[in-house]
Amino acid sequence: MLRRTFLGLLGAAGASAALPKSAKAGGHEFQPHPDTHGVLFDATRCIGCRRCEKACNEVNDLPAPDKPFDDLSVLEQERRTTEKAYTVVNKYAGKGGPVFRKTQCNHCLEPACASACFVRAFKKLPNGAVVYDASVCVGCRYCMVACPFGIPAYEYDEPITPRVMKCTMCAPRLAEGKLPGCVEICPKEALVYGPREELIKVARERIRRFPERYLDHVYGEKEMGGTSWLYISGEPFSNIGLREDLGTKSAPELTAGALAAVPMVVGLWPVVLGGIWAVTQRNAKIANQERVMAVKDALTKAGSEAEKKLADELSKAEVANKRRIEVEVKKAVEEALSAKDDDAENNEEES
Amino acid sequence: MSVDNAAPKKSFFTPFNLIATMILIAGVVVSVMRFTGGLGAVTNLDQNNPWGIWIGFDLLCGVALAAGGYTTSAACYIFGLKKFHAGVRPAILTAFLGYALVVFALGYDVGRPWRLPYPIFVQQGTTSLLFEVGLCVMLYLTVLFIEFSPAALEWLGMRKIRNIVVKMTLALTIFGVVLSTLHQSSLGALFTIAPSKLHPLWYSQYLPLFFFVSSICAGMSMVIFEGTLSHKPMHHLMDAEYLDNHDGLILGFGKATSIVLFGYFAIKVIGLAYDNNWHYLTTGYGAWFMVEMLGFVALPSFLYAIGVRDRNITLIKWAAGLTVLGIVVNRFNISMVAFNYHLPAALRYFPSWGEITISLFVVTIGVVVFRFITTRMPIFFEHPDYKDEH
Repeated sequence: MLRRTFLGLLGAAGASAALPKSAKAGGHEFQPHPDTHGVLFDATRCIGCRRCEKACNEVNDLPAPDKPFDDLSVLEQERRTTEKAYTVVNKYAGKGGPVFRKTQCNHCLEPACASACFVRAFKKLPNGAVVYDASVCVGCRYCMVACPFGIPAYEYDEPITPRVMKCTMCAPRLAEGKLPGCVEICPKEALVYGPREELIKVARERIRRFPERYLDHVYGEKEMGGTSWLYISGEPFSNIGLREDLGTKSAPELTAGALAAVPMVVGLWPVVLGGIWAVTQRNAKIANQERVMAVKDALTKAGSEAEKKLADELSKAEVANKRRIEVEVKKAVEEALSAKDDDAENNEEES
Repeated sequence: MSVDNAAPKKSFFTPFNLIATMILIAGVVVSVMRFTGGLGAVTNLDQNNPWGIWIGFDLLCGVALAAGGYTTSAACYIFGLKKFHAGVRPAILTAFLGYALVVFALGYDVGRPWRLPYPIFVQQGTTSLLFEVGLCVMLYLTVLFIEFSPAALEWLGMRKIRNIVVKMTLALTIFGVVLSTLHQSSLGALFTIAPSKLHPLWYSQYLPLFFFVSSICAGMSMVIFEGTLSHKPMHHLMDAEYLDNHDGLILGFGKATSIVLFGYFAIKVIGLAYDNNWHYLTTGYGAWFMVEMLGFVALPSFLYAIGVRDRNITLIKWAAGLTVLGIVVNRFNISMVAFNYHLPAALRYFPSWGEITISLFVVTIGVVVFRFITTRMPIFFEHPDYKDEH
């Protein structure tokens, strides 16, 4: 009863854990949300002015940076996003001089962070933004482990209310009908916001019109199942800090197998283990019965042997007894006879 | 029991107590720093390395090494190997303390530990393998508590409840194996989401299976290893049944571990072949992978086999120690050494003294509580009132 209740609960939990996953991965083909928006970044247009960093800092009320945003010397070292900077621009050596590339959350179509979060603190909005809810976050930082782009950052120096910090694609501004802060401020239109499908068309068009200027690849169209943030560049993407070995599987697809195994373990294991238990019980019972029988047999055998021995002994004793009686009788007879003879002799002497 | 009267006579200032006290004081100091200054104040964790030894050792190794609970009880109650009966209680106690300490240590690692029940009671992230780990660990900790409770109930003299709990043994054992299978494997599955971060020699879609099978080796080796450690200081508490069966248990588990380790070696090679990762073996990571596979899997499997053949208990104990160390090496490799392998050396993680202190602190609490319980409750001996009732 108790076990069933427990297993039922677990089975339900396991099944519900697997369902959304297998439903997503079950199609084997990825279909993005039609309304999903995104941003197209063109590395051939970015001049590394860091004004997007400044706008991001102001829009999101982030703390002031160590060095002012117009100080371009920070570009000499590669930087990553932190809890105080949702976006950073890095400088890379390209064929014809420096190439700049902006880093921020790529707002995956099926985000690894959302898939990994065990309190659903991350959510993919229809407008493309992946947003975070600090009110449920436990601070396990599995999202940081899961993110293939290494984007989420954590407030390590906050003892009571640490949060995971990352670009929100300016979701609050999008809700007001405004553009993301970085897109709005970019002086070279290196950033374009719009429906993702449109952005892919724009990107393809630019590549088609300037084949010598661009590589024929829209980064983010397929990577990790696709991202809302898209990149085009004249430099190989791995040269501008974008890994090209991520594959096209989305994060949920990567873990689908492990999650799908859960209900099977819950369903099969008790049967298998119960079966093994029943077999060992049966074996033990048979072994026990055989032992009892063997003891019984031994006892019967010992009993009959003892009886036979007793009978033998008795018959032997009887024989011995008979012989003794015979001997005694013989002796008595002999004695009687000899007494008679004596009497006869005496009588003869007397007469 | 006589132990209660005997204990206070001994001087408190034994080497064990002195070292333990020092570690406990240091642990309290670091704890205060952690909960007033945040994780950044005591750890070397950073934006690239969100998980350090508090996950790599306290969680991953802690859970694997506590696998003795389900392996021993399954061997005894499901596979009917009654000669392991005397080993069940020490193994269950070790597992219960192990899991309790895993949860305790998580309180240091997560940012808002008071929210640890959130994933189960507030908002369920069922697409997360960490959700599965959390749910299973919570349920299994409950199961282990119930499985352990007869010893405490006998100590307290509560016969009726104790008898009810004992009747549930088989159900609890099966439930325990189900839960252990799930969360031992999910710990490996946690890393399947990050193929770009974990070195290909350690990344595999079979990671859940690798973690589950290696946890069986870890559990049985830990029972042998922990039994060996307890043998000397606890000898006076061990009854004839425990001592009589002790060598049999070591031989039985030694044989089983030798075979399972061999199987583990085989499935690791299959994983390597499936992903066609052979060419990585000639790299630096490849050399380290070979050390792990040959030195900490193949070698102990071989040593166990020789030990069992020659009935060489000492050799089996060494093999058990090597296997326990091997599990630590494997879990460290996956969570730290081979994780973020693409980052330049300057950005890689190495634990801080604060982190090491807390890990030692947690282990020390475990040993102290283990001693407290085994010197009072019927763990290594049968309670005189309940003899021959199993």
